[in-house]
Amino acid sequence: MKRLLGEFTKGIFKENPIFFIVLGLCPTLAVSTSVNNAVGMGAAVIFVLVFSNVIISMMRNIIPDKIRIPCYVVVIAAFVSIVEMVMKAYAPALDKALGVYVPLIVVNCIILGRAEAFASKNPVLASFMDGLGMGVGFFLALFVISSIREVLGSGKFAGFAIPVAFEPAAVLVLAPGALLVLGLLMGGIKWIKSLRS
Amino acid sequence: MADKYIVSSLPHIAKKESVASIMWTVNIALIPAGIIGIGVFGKAGFWLAAACIITAMVTEYIIQKGRRQPVTVSDGSAFMTGLLIAFNLPAHCPLWVGVFGSFFAIAIGKQAFGGLGRNIFNPALVGRAFLMAAWPKYLTVFNKPFVYDVVTQATPLSLLKEGKANSVVDMGLTYWDLFLGNKGGCLGEVCIFALLLGGIYLLYKKIITWHIPCSFIFTVAIFTQIFKGDFLFHILSGGLVLGAVFMATDYVTSPITKTGQVIFGVTCGLLTSVIRLWGGYPEGVCYAILIANATVPLIDRFVKPKRYGVG
Repeated sequence: MKRLLGEFTKGIFKENPIFFIVLGLCPTLAVSTSVNNAVGMGAAVIFVLVFSNVIISMMRNIIPDKIRIPCYVVVIAAFVSIVEMVMKAYAPALDKALGVYVPLIVVNCIILGRAEAFASKNPVLASFMDGLGMGVGFFLALFVISSIREVLGSGKFAGFAIPVAFEPAAVLVLAPGALLVLGLLMGGIKWIKSLRS
Repeated sequence: MADKYIVSSLPHIAKKESVASIMWTVNIALIPAGIIGIGVFGKAGFWLAAACIITAMVTEYIIQKGRRQPVTVSDGSAFMTGLLIAFNLPAHCPLWVGVFGSFFAIAIGKQAFGGLGRNIFNPALVGRAFLMAAWPKYLTVFNKPFVYDVVTQATPLSLLKEGKANSVVDMGLTYWDLFLGNKGGCLGEVCIFALLLGGIYLLYKKIITWHIPCSFIFTVAIFTQIFKGDFLFHILSGGLVLGAVFMATDYVTSPITKTGQVIFGVTCGLLTSVIRLWGGYPEGVCYAILIANATVPLIDRFVKPKRYGVG
């Protein structure tokens, strides 16, 4: 039980996919312009990551080694299709805002990486916890980045105007702002970590 | 006895020149342009420059203290960065804009890379580019010269870009106005004469060589003459001379060899002309120098000096 909990918590801080493993940066940079987009994207990735990890872990002994990556992609694509259809049906605005980044979850490095590095070698329950932990880690990282970008860049939080009056710095909503915020956060986290040890 | 027998590693330089003496010489060379800028746009320009310089120096001090490194605020490089940022802003832009720009330039543009000598991009231009992306509305409104009040006037280059005027005569100006500074623009870029004076002083002091400024300005002249037929206008307007003399020649972010410097200057000139003639912004000097800065390691590798005694 303790081991399973460890598989869950490692993705949140110690092996956070964004800040420490530095995977899946493309969607991170692109959709973190607003908290709403980030939450939608994070939820979609958690769903796909958990289920693809479980399925791949179940099939880990029957997938031929030589074609394992295409097999993973097929499994992941199935879940991404589900997410896409659900999103189109129930949250068309979010679907429009996220655009191509929803189908691109298929080739998201975090999901493929977890399938290759974890799910294909570990039992189902552990893979489930790993997927959940990594997904939550991705979600939290995206949430933090998008909060900073939206609050400072457009003076709003999740679409609602914040009560403090100041001139938002438009650059943070643009592409350079994404790289700046991510880089500074990474540096800051590494610094905090170095202070602890 | 001890001070006569000095043991040190390479290079053995007997000159008294130091980072501080070079930086302060450049700062002195910037003074004429600063005085005229303040004269043209009023005391708002002075407060802006003061705010930028103080922010830059305080930021440098705090970061160096925090990183437990020797504090080098007195070497004048932070002073120069702050001053150049003020020179690159409209004189009447709010002080906090200049303060943010200076902070960003020193913290991200310089210290995040490891401090003086390790930055890839010219810190002052990094600060300006950041402000341009963050609060563009304060950087694109310029004041009318010699009217010390809030009366805006477009720069010659933006008039040209928006198609409101096609020649100097259309703008109601003469080439002398452009040369002496009777035009809208940033604080430090308006008086070409004062900038050239500073440039000549730097050449005389051998702080800079002719390679970067001349190749930069000539390239712009040739390019704009071919495509627009008015090279004098393009040389005398915007921040070309300020950029070519004071910012492209920054030691840290320009190539080491003379050949490299000419390649660098031509790159800056081409990029400036392309941005001015066909780009989205009226002025391209800032971005041109920043992009060219990124190519400097490549240029340095390409024009390696021949090793003595080999080949």
